[in-house]
Amino acid sequence: MKNNQPKRIYLDNAAATSTDPEILQVMLPYFGGVFGNPSALHLDGRVAKNALFESRKKVANILNAEVGEIIFCGSGTESDNLAIFGMGRFYKNRGRHLVSTNIEHHAVLNSLQHLQKKENFTVTMVPVKKNGIISKEEILKNIKPETILISVMYANNEIGTLQPIKEITDIIRKWKKENERGVNDPPFFHTDACQAAGYLDLDVKKLGVDLMTLNGSKIYGPKGVGVLYIRRGIHLEPIIFGGGQEMNLRSGTENLAAVTGFAKALELVQKNKNKENARIKKLQKYFFQQILKNIPRVVVNGDLTNRLPNNVNVSILGIEGEAALLCLDEKGISTSTGSACDSARLEPSHVILALGQSYEYAHGSLRFSMSKYTTKKDIDYTTRILKDVVEKLRKISSIKVGGKENNKLNKKAFLSGGLPHWERKK
Amino acid sequence: MAKKIRKRINPHTYYRRKSLKISKENILNKVKNLKNTNISVGVNSKSDVMNQFTGQSWVYSDIVKDHFFNPHNLLLKNPKKGDFDSEGEVGSPACGDVMKMWIKIDKKNDKIKNLKWKTFGCASAIAATSMFSVMVTEKGGMKIEKALKIKPQDIIKRLGGLPERKIHCSVLCDKAFCKALNNYFRQSGQAQRIMVLGGKVIDTRLNITDKDIEEAVLEGARTIEDLQKKLKVGAGDKDALPEIEQLLRFYCEKYYGKEK
Repeated sequence: MKNNQPKRIYLDNAAATSTDPEILQVMLPYFGGVFGNPSALHLDGRVAKNALFESRKKVANILNAEVGEIIFCGSGTESDNLAIFGMGRFYKNRGRHLVSTNIEHHAVLNSLQHLQKKENFTVTMVPVKKNGIISKEEILKNIKPETILISVMYANNEIGTLQPIKEITDIIRKWKKENERGVNDPPFFHTDACQAAGYLDLDVKKLGVDLMTLNGSKIYGPKGVGVLYIRRGIHLEPIIFGGGQEMNLRSGTENLAAVTGFAKALELVQKNKNKENARIKKLQKYFFQQILKNIPRVVVNGDLTNRLPNNVNVSILGIEGEAALLCLDEKGISTSTGSACDSARLEPSHVILALGQSYEYAHGSLRFSMSKYTTKKDIDYTTRILKDVVEKLRKISSIKVGGKENNKLNKKAFLSGGLPHWERKK
Repeated sequence: MAKKIRKRINPHTYYRRKSLKISKENILNKVKNLKNTNISVGVNSKSDVMNQFTGQSWVYSDIVKDHFFNPHNLLLKNPKKGDFDSEGEVGSPACGDVMKMWIKIDKKNDKIKNLKWKTFGCASAIAATSMFSVMVTEKGGMKIEKALKIKPQDIIKRLGGLPERKIHCSVLCDKAFCKALNNYFRQSGQAQRIMVLGGKVIDTRLNITDKDIEEAVLEGARTIEDLQKKLKVGAGDKDALPEIEQLLRFYCEKYYGKEK
């Protein structure tokens, strides 16, 4: 019976990747023998401090940064929070305006919202184009003299679209020059590169970013560790106070095991980047072809070419994402959906809606994110199962959402005839 | 000085010397013996994890799972004329849930003879409709009067519970059923039995209907203070307060059962 269990196919690597056994090996000593506190002066402490320093150096080398510019923290979310709150609170005397896009991760969106609601900042959300990519002109249009921070993600977590970071930082630099601002004057540029770390170039000098967020659990590393790159000359206000670890920006004893694991993980993915990119890009193309060929009434979300090579996001019309997800799970495939039914707050994915799609599209969206372990066989199996699942659910479904007619928001759909509940709360 | 010390020590060699047995071979052995290292890569692992509190193994209860994967009374073919007496539909694709129901009435006994449905929605919506159809048609069909008294709470109880936030959107079947029955009453000339489904204005100054209150309850309002915060109800029209309180209690009971 046990042997007949179907193999699990894990296609939710944008949420969390499996920890590479090689990285686990690197981490193990820090759960055992090496236990000293890096802040202590005795030998055990110095051993720990040395390991921390080595990890920091490794990360700095990969980012083409200096050792003092790398801050380790608890997660990608914490890193985003530190960047936004730290920047906003430190430079609030220079202005209270922040710019971001409407497809950011919730770690950025909700931080910005908090600053707007509680701390008297104004936030401009620049909408993306229909293909999920921001235009640099739109960003430039929204920069004001009182703007202190512009935050644009490197690669989107749901639809995988890549943003033109280099072009945006160039345009900001030009704006600064025209307005007689120095390099160390606001506005600064922050990018969330959590999803991009495994596949894209992270050279901060080339990208021209001032702050960059990375995260361990997306690159086959451990969870519970993030990195914030802070360019020298930029100041942040800490959000966690205590013993003054991490250049006074993130107090709390360093999570040495996770930090070393993270450094190793980043080293590995960046080393194998080119080879892996070529392989997985082929798989992605094949996956898209298979889905579009075998399943009718499917819409691809986001730009087809300008996207992360491991991301496949489609809206399957006429079915509901959560039901599809559970059916796929039963067959041994792990995926993710942008449907409202899957989220704790019962809101459909803000990213799919930002593309200008109607609610129906968001409810039927499915995201497959591949990893270095995904094979062509897995893709074949997944498309076969997906076809069956879609057929079954469409049989149950009472509606037929077409691809052609324009589905405008039907206001009568919601109780008391107004806006949907998630819109009204805002 | 400090920099020099920092560079000299390598944790691996240092602890090997101190015979704390952190050698590479040792670590490798440990990794090999760790049972968990392979799970995430995708070798045989079960999809279900036991919930330590309920003892159940899925996101929803086992009954929901059964009804989701094997829906009962599903309409598979387009119905011919005369197969059913009437039909009713609620919800919208924008909401994420649409339910459609077809009913056949046993006119002699005033019973539900047959009920078929189709649902666009998540697992809990599909399971809830399936369960409702079973409840109405089992044991030779339910009396219409009795069937109309089925509340969402009853369906949820039969399903073995649903997450609270799911109740709002998933349990629409009683409303679809009401609509189908109304259609039937209209066609068969029983106008006196038609139920009014529209909203009733409670607070005339702010134009708040009972549906607004129902929705507020579903979004988590349990006390009159919650309601006032959400809807500003009663602020304009003080006379409406007693009725609002009554409605609040009614909807709380309807969806979440009596307080213990």
